[in-house]
Amino acid sequence: MPAERLLPTTEAEDLLALTRELARDELAPLAAEYEQAERFPREQFRLLGASGLLGLPYAERWGGGELSYEVYLQVLEEIASAWMSVGVGLSVHTMSCFALAHYGTEQQRERWLPAMLGGDLLGAYALSETHAGSDAAALSTRARLDGDAYVVTGTKAWITHGGQADFYTTMVRTSDQPGGQGISCLLVDGSTPGLSAALPERKMGLTGSTTSQLLFDGARVETGRLLGDEGDGLKIALASLSSGRLGIAACSVGLAQAALDEAVAYAKGRTQFGRPIIEFQGLEFLLADMAAAVESSRATYLEAARRRDRGLPFQRQASIAKLIATDAAMKVTTDAVQVLGGAGYTRDFPVERYMREAKVPQIFEGTNQIQRMVIARELRNA
Amino acid sequence: MTNIVVLVKQVPDTYSERKLSDSDHTLDRESADAVIDEINERSVEEALKIKEAGEGEVTVLSVGPDRATDAIRKALSMGADKAIHVSDESLHGSDMVATAKVIAAALGKVDSYDLVIAGNEASDGRGGAIPAMLAELLGVPQLTHARQVTVEGTSIKVDRETEDGITHVEASLPAVVSVTEKINEPRYPSFKGIMAAKKKPVETLTVADLGVDAGEVGLGSAWSTVLEASPKPPRTAGQRVEDEGDGGSKVAEYLVGQKLI
Ligand SMILES: Cc1cc2nc3c(=O)[nH]c(=O)nc-3n(C[C@H](O)[C@H](O)[C@H](O)COP(=O)(O)OP(=O)(O)OC[C@H]3O[C@@H](n4cnc5c(N)ncnc54)[C@H](O)[C@@H]3O)c2cc1C
Repeated sequence: MPAERLLPTTEAEDLLALTRELARDELAPLAAEYEQAERFPREQFRLLGASGLLGLPYAERWGGGELSYEVYLQVLEEIASAWMSVGVGLSVHTMSCFALAHYGTEQQRERWLPAMLGGDLLGAYALSETHAGSDAAALSTRARLDGDAYVVTGTKAWITHGGQADFYTTMVRTSDQPGGQGISCLLVDGSTPGLSAALPERKMGLTGSTTSQLLFDGARVETGRLLGDEGDGLKIALASLSSGRLGIAACSVGLAQAALDEAVAYAKGRTQFGRPIIEFQGLEFLLADMAAAVESSRATYLEAARRRDRGLPFQRQASIAKLIATDAAMKVTTDAVQVLGGAGYTRDFPVERYMREAKVPQIFEGTNQIQRMVIARELRNA
Repeated sequence: MTNIVVLVKQVPDTYSERKLSDSDHTLDRESADAVIDEINERSVEEALKIKEAGEGEVTVLSVGPDRATDAIRKALSMGADKAIHVSDESLHGSDMVATAKVIAAALGKVDSYDLVIAGNEASDGRGGAIPAMLAELLGVPQLTHARQVTVEGTSIKVDRETEDGITHVEASLPAVVSVTEKINEPRYPSFKGIMAAKKKPVETLTVADLGVDAGEVGLGSAWSTVLEASPKPPRTAGQRVEDEGDGGSKVAEYLVGQKLI
């Protein structure tokens, strides 16, 4: 049963119908093969771009769709439901445009944003380093001013779309001040000399999505590419993540929905003890719990999205949505393997892949331990 | 300047279960998701290509219930310029002859047209005769089963493909063309197209607006009546032939048994 949605307008309904068509005809049929071959679906991102899906929540005057988060996230959910790597990639791309859209000057936005939202380019977001994961403020990639450019040296780690992206929204240290104060945000062109990507990480899942280290070796980045002021970098990075987390929550709900659909279909068709296994209460209740987890997670991210759309604070709600939706996806995909029994453990069915893919949303864009810290901090400070 | 009218039909999604209503054996529209017929996405695509190659305007024409507006919006979001929607309770159960008459009358509401593009056959009724009937009523040439269409000035060339082969036909405009699945790959709409569709004009007309007598259309005046309908029997499992080196002769034996060879 596909997700039942209450959408605010007929345009939103048409957009979701288009998304489902793209997902069904252009993404789902390729997912298993690309994931198995660890092949990055660059062309599929171009197709989404041509359909206007790579800039949905940004202003129309920059070429965006001027769409609410409430609707954008549901588009994202449908894409992730067909192919998690593409959903996550779309979410990361959208997040990588956030810094320029919200902190760039008018001139900077005019210069770069239309191309970034236009559909041909793909973005990445580079904050983490090997020694600075949860403790992002410990990052040490250094940018030193030299005339009209920053000379950047250091290594970023775990970068989604590393080596594939056309631009990297990169957090660097522009002064020796410790902690968050010395961090700045640079919009780095992917073809900058001195910038290269290491070999892709060999991951448990999400294997179609390239993750790699990003090596800066004296890369010159013109000062005009500094977003916000020097020292604003950590603030910009965290604001980007607040919205990005909602994207990860939506992707996880899509993934869980796909696992649920697969499990229900299998349970209807598989007979044991002379009856379809869906008729056994032990299994039926498992499926009911899976559905409850999927739908309550969806409600949770939509609530946070609606707050964001109204201009209300939504950080706590975004962290709750990310925590709830990613934990739910892990449980639902694990249970989906259980429903399929031995078949579920093989690569002939997609649920084992879903289970492997569900693990990483609990880790990236702030581990779920970090989400709890964000939630608790708000409780403490209220 | 080529003015093109594309005929668009909303049909039950081939992905969902399709059935006829028990009471009058007409299509049970509530039981299935309704979508623009895929062949009509190709019709729209062909119209847009002709428009983009030169100059022109693409009008979508759909006869169908209120919710056919969804199919119309899809065509508009792909890039068609405007639409005419004929919607009238009295049309329920109309046969092909009546439908062709209504379409012909609706074409009278278009300022002028050079080309009418239809699909060769809708995926629900599968009558496949509307384009020919329409051309007859309009008194214009019909070029059916087109797998390639070229418009040059005031003439049109078509590669017509049937089971017997390919025929090259040519006619002067205005004309009616029907296209096959091989004609093109339809584009996806874009989000911008969806937003633009909202602002495009859709004229909604009743049968009376067209000057057609409601008594001439609908189930009551249909020339044929469905007496009975039953769903296709489910496919039987078939017979399995185990290949133990003699698979070929076993298959042949089976075919001989069926009097097929
Ligand atoms: C596939 C993938 C894609 C990624 N994509 C990107 C990207 O595009 N851009 C980017 O910048 N980064 C990216 N990351 C990095 C990701 O955000 C980090 O892995 C994450 O923030 C955790 O950092 P870490 O791996 O260093 O773990 P650590 O921070 O070392 O954490 C290890 C464990 O300790 C726990 N922990 C740490 N601190 C605390 C604390 N104070 N209290 C309680 N528990 C704590 C963590 O929750 C975790 O369980 C990606 C990671 C992966 C795996």
